[in-house]
Amino acid sequence: MPKITFVQPDGLENVVDAEADVSVMRAAVASGVPGIVAECGGSAMCATCHVYVDAGNLDGLPELGDVEDEMLDCTAAERLDCSRLSCQLPATRDLTVRIPPTQV
Amino acid sequence: MTTETSALSGVASLELDPFSDSFLTNPYPAHEEMREAGPVFWLERYELWGVARYSEVTQVLVDHETYVSSRGVGISDFAKEKPWRPPSLLLEADPPHHTKARHVVSQILTPKLLRTLKEGFQERADELVARVAARGGEIDGVADLAEAYPLEVFPDFIGLPKEGRENLLPYGSMVFNTFGPRNSHFERAMERGAKAQGWIMEQCQPGAPARDGLGAKIHAAAAEAGYGAEDQAKLLRSFLSAGVDTTVHGIGNALECLARNPEQFAALREDPALARAAFEETVRFSSPVQTFFRTTSRDTELSGMAIPEGSKVLMFLAAANRDPRQWERPDEFDIRRKAAGHVGFGFGVHACLGQMLARLEGECFLSALARHVDTIELAGEPVQQLNNTLRGLDSLPLRLTAA
Ligand code: HEM
Ligand code: FES
Repeated sequence: MPKITFVQPDGLENVVDAEADVSVMRAAVASGVPGIVAECGGSAMCATCHVYVDAGNLDGLPELGDVEDEMLDCTAAERLDCSRLSCQLPATRDLTVRIPPTQV
Repeated sequence: MTTETSALSGVASLELDPFSDSFLTNPYPAHEEMREAGPVFWLERYELWGVARYSEVTQVLVDHETYVSSRGVGISDFAKEKPWRPPSLLLEADPPHHTKARHVVSQILTPKLLRTLKEGFQERADELVARVAARGGEIDGVADLAEAYPLEVFPDFIGLPKEGRENLLPYGSMVFNTFGPRNSHFERAMERGAKAQGWIMEQCQPGAPARDGLGAKIHAAAAEAGYGAEDQAKLLRSFLSAGVDTTVHGIGNALECLARNPEQFAALREDPALARAAFEETVRFSSPVQTFFRTTSRDTELSGMAIPEGSKVLMFLAAANRDPRQWERPDEFDIRRKAAGHVGFGFGVHACLGQMLARLEGECFLSALARHVDTIELAGEPVQQLNNTLRGLDSLPLRLTAA
């Protein structure tokens, strides 16, 4: 099982074993990781599942789609180059992501 | 009711009629029967397949290549029957056409835009709720609140004229009824909706909506994406079809749930920040959109059951939202639960385009209710408005005390 590490704004870490075929968002929600609101349940419509992907992990992620790109312009916290929607990231391998200071 | 297993396929076969008055009045016992009958079942009366468990409903929603929308999301198969109106470019389309049309709208109706609306929407909710609560005595939660609020903010946001807005509800009710079979609800809705249709079509024409509203923005974005006048109008039509009755029922159902569960209303009063969660829980617990269909584009298999090409599959979204395999205490209305992940707004490529707007309306309304109303109780039995797709109320007698 891939291990997803969620780094909270205060530096605390939650490490989650993700089940096969789920998104990073679902892995977080299933384990009750704070800071992933995911109001729309993964339909790329709410921008409340925003994460910053650790610099070393960016390669090999699915490309940013048009819809995700526009949605990232709507995040409550600042958009950075490493910003992604966790509902659009498959949890296929070990990954470290940082949770932004706010989602709404 | 009998549950038989047909020898051929091992699929449970049910006699129940999901569009009968008794089913529509109280669908919950039948929802349970369907969920327990199996992961997939056969509805004899209409000769189609049904799914009522969370897992199977989600699988059908996600696999849009096998379970297509372009053959209609109602009971009628557009490959065999001519649709009663030109199909929607959104709801009744498949990728790649659907992807393009959806992007026209999603690039405009963003969470960022909705944030700019919040202050105005909240002010108007506060004004309305405070005024109705101050009146005292018995009120109708449907006409005085649930219809009044969306009918005030939504048409202004789109940029519709003040005259003629009474056409919005009958039109929406007609559209949602026509997803079902040609029963009395279908026929009556067609009669009542026919008058509204002319006005709706006029408002959808490019140039008709106010220049600063969402309608004009959709037209402009559609034109830029290469859509002609007819398709520009069709894109706006989706909003006028899907954007009013749904939120009216969402707010009405929330009022009923809160009146029936005083401890939940007390929790909301204590912490009005729960308003958004309370609306979300309403969409799970008392889903305004109960069902949608798909059509199989090829022979397929779902949870071990073979389903041939050209089959209609009815997804019971509201039954999935109370599936005990997915939810703890599914039949309890609990505004503090994490309701995210319900399928009341659908899921996948056709997930509701207006869901963030619906949440905004629901949140503003319930936040106003929490701050301006002290107690809310039923003053009589609510009357259900029967519709082949929607669940909502015709009337909701309430007694409110102002805070
Ligand atoms: C509580 C209120 C609402 C509920 C429960 C609701 C429910 C739904 C559902 C279940 C679907 C999925 C249809 C499918 O999978 O075939 C949907 C789609 C849609 N909804 Fe909503 N809706 C609501 C409010 C709104 C509002 C306010 C608007 C417009 C502003 C809207 C516009 C749409 C559109 C255009 C689609 C089609 C999307 C597509 O096919 O890509 N809805 N809605
Ligand atoms: S969960 Fe809503 S955008 Fe990811």
